[in-house]
Amino acid sequence: MSTDAQDLEKLTGQEYKYGFVTDIESDTVPKGLSEDVIRMISAKKEEPEWLLEWRLKAYRMWLKMVEPHWANVEYPAIDYQDISYYSAPKQKAAPKSLDEVDPELLATYEKLGIPLREQEMLAGVAVDAVFDSVSVATTFKDKLKDLGIVFCSFSEAVREHPELVQRFLGSVVPQGDNFYAALNSAVFTDGSFVYVPKGVRCPMELSTYFRINSLGTGQFERTLIVADEGAYVSYLEGCTAPVRDENQLHAAVVELVALDNAEIKYSTVQNWYPGDKDGKGGIYNFVTKRGKCAGVRSKISWTQVETGSSITWKYPSCILQGDHSVGEFYSVAVTNNRQQADTGTKMIHIGKNTSSTIVSKGISAGHSQNTYRGQVKIMKGADGARNFSQCDSMLMGDKCGAHTFPYIENRNSSAQLEHEATTSKIGEDQIFYCNQRGISSEDAVNMIVNGFCKEVFRELPMEFAVEAQKLLGISLEGSVG
Amino acid sequence: MLEIRNLHARVEGKEILKGINLTVNPGEIHAIMGPNGSGKSTLAGVLAGREIYEVTEGEVLYRGQNLLELDPAARACEGMFLAFQYPVEIPGVSNTYFLKAALNAVRKYHGEEEYDSFDFLALVKEKMKLVEMDPSFLNRPVNEGFSGGEKKRNEILQMAVLNPLLSILDETDSGLDIDALRIVASGVNKLHTPDNAAIVVTHYQRLLDYIVPDFVHVLVNGRIVKSGDKDLAFDLEAQGYDWVKDLEEPTAETV
Repeated sequence: MSTDAQDLEKLTGQEYKYGFVTDIESDTVPKGLSEDVIRMISAKKEEPEWLLEWRLKAYRMWLKMVEPHWANVEYPAIDYQDISYYSAPKQKAAPKSLDEVDPELLATYEKLGIPLREQEMLAGVAVDAVFDSVSVATTFKDKLKDLGIVFCSFSEAVREHPELVQRFLGSVVPQGDNFYAALNSAVFTDGSFVYVPKGVRCPMELSTYFRINSLGTGQFERTLIVADEGAYVSYLEGCTAPVRDENQLHAAVVELVALDNAEIKYSTVQNWYPGDKDGKGGIYNFVTKRGKCAGVRSKISWTQVETGSSITWKYPSCILQGDHSVGEFYSVAVTNNRQQADTGTKMIHIGKNTSSTIVSKGISAGHSQNTYRGQVKIMKGADGARNFSQCDSMLMGDKCGAHTFPYIENRNSSAQLEHEATTSKIGEDQIFYCNQRGISSEDAVNMIVNGFCKEVFRELPMEFAVEAQKLLGISLEGSVG
Repeated sequence: MLEIRNLHARVEGKEILKGINLTVNPGEIHAIMGPNGSGKSTLAGVLAGREIYEVTEGEVLYRGQNLLELDPAARACEGMFLAFQYPVEIPGVSNTYFLKAALNAVRKYHGEEEYDSFDFLALVKEKMKLVEMDPSFLNRPVNEGFSGGEKKRNEILQMAVLNPLLSILDETDSGLDIDALRIVASGVNKLHTPDNAAIVVTHYQRLLDYIVPDFVHVLVNGRIVKSGDKDLAFDLEAQGYDWVKDLEEPTAETV
């Protein structure tokens, strides 16, 4: 083996940097799923009757559904009765300020590099921190309140803004949409809620750091973001998770609604525990993310950097209903070791002169499998619809796989569709070229991969882009040799 | 500066270099000429540390160190520069970013302070004049969409920025029109000092009209079969390589 390969090999051996478990007593519901469990969750959360009914309806639908197996991923069967569906950090009352928050929880955030205390002062980013399933701290609320922006945990939204929740919940991802969405609808515990009123431009990036913590607890987050007419909001989602020996299921649902002339930008950096070198212990991430451009000239933009999880099943999509609406999907998906990712997007053109852009960059290393699966659907009435898709794959080593499944369905002859796809191998000649200029192999790989992903990274907010670049480097350490 | 002794190397099991001896002193320019397949690029690649080449015999001393023990990045940091025959494209990475990363890697190796963006930009803009390159090249991805001439000029720009002690130019003249050749050669000449040295690998004599070598070596079938001054290049140009090929015998001595 070459020296470079050895150096890189050494780095692969690194333990997952964010692997640690916070010791906080959790209020956990016994394992298993039944109507009683759902009633218990709903009762614990003191939910209104309509929401309980909504959950039960979802549960009944779920019972009749089968787990989808069309994705290009393999994993042992999940026993849905062996999962605990609710876990909340035990706290007597909701904290009024950060001082009231469990210090150990705050320490966890410190380790993750989210100094909440500082964030209040630093400004720019408001954090609604989801620890396990219940939000424990929300900052910047007052500032946002002045503008009429609602940014809170989902439970709080149910209490404080039931009319908004009831109006939009399930309007993009209905309960019976798919197996995991139905499960989420039945048992979701918390998540984030954002409402930006008419004509308001949210002055800061809204950010939620998700973190999976309780052993054996499935995570079922529910996020709903509504941008009213002419509103704008940029939302950041980032996460890390502690080392686990057993697989953890995560089935979130994210719904975005953009009304006339509204714009939502949703950015994700996902860094959940990918499992060890043999793929043991990683997170199963089965997520449904969808946005609806309900109004004219509305715009929804998804940007994701996926480096973690043992299995990723995720297709952030856009329903382009309003005329002249715009949907965008920018994605970097990195898989290493035994990771499997099946990710992509759906762009459904319904309105006239709607346009969508898809830029997907898949990087596979180790023994991983990386699949892009995308669908562009042009409905009959979508005159003048346009789509541009670009799917690039990069392979590192010869034991990994890259797969591309683009589906195009066009029912309108005035549509313009473009699709470009490339597959390349990270070149030894590229690495040597960098070496010959004094740049180490590790830095060279980093540079080449970041260059490959540039079109996506430039869509990320600045601070996120920097984080994403670092993350990419960490994820791919030891993958060339 | 560089001493190559009885160097043998092979690629994919096939022996290409069959006992190279060569000494390069500071201030000298050596030209290595030879027909296609004689091992010129292999020699350049072995010196730079390209992995596909396996050294089976001999040694290379570079500034008193065993060169073959250094990894490619360390060789570069120690002042060895290879101008590639086929410069590599790195999509999405800007020329500026690449150059700055390279320069700072070398500086860090020597325990020197790294350049910040402002100082670096000032330096690189100065160096660009040397190869008559437009500053717009800085923002373009490394070699991507560059013409052949632009790529070669970019190599010389990198050389100018990194300021190496020993430069190896591997067929830098290939694919160049006469204007680009003149620019590239003039860049190399301006960078030449009594303290540094260059090995110019070329198939044709015409580059040597611009970069005048102190020594010319003819490489045939993995051995240097003849060495001389610049006039040797003219002889080769006039008579072709056939007459030197006849010199290639097991007993052929190198100078």
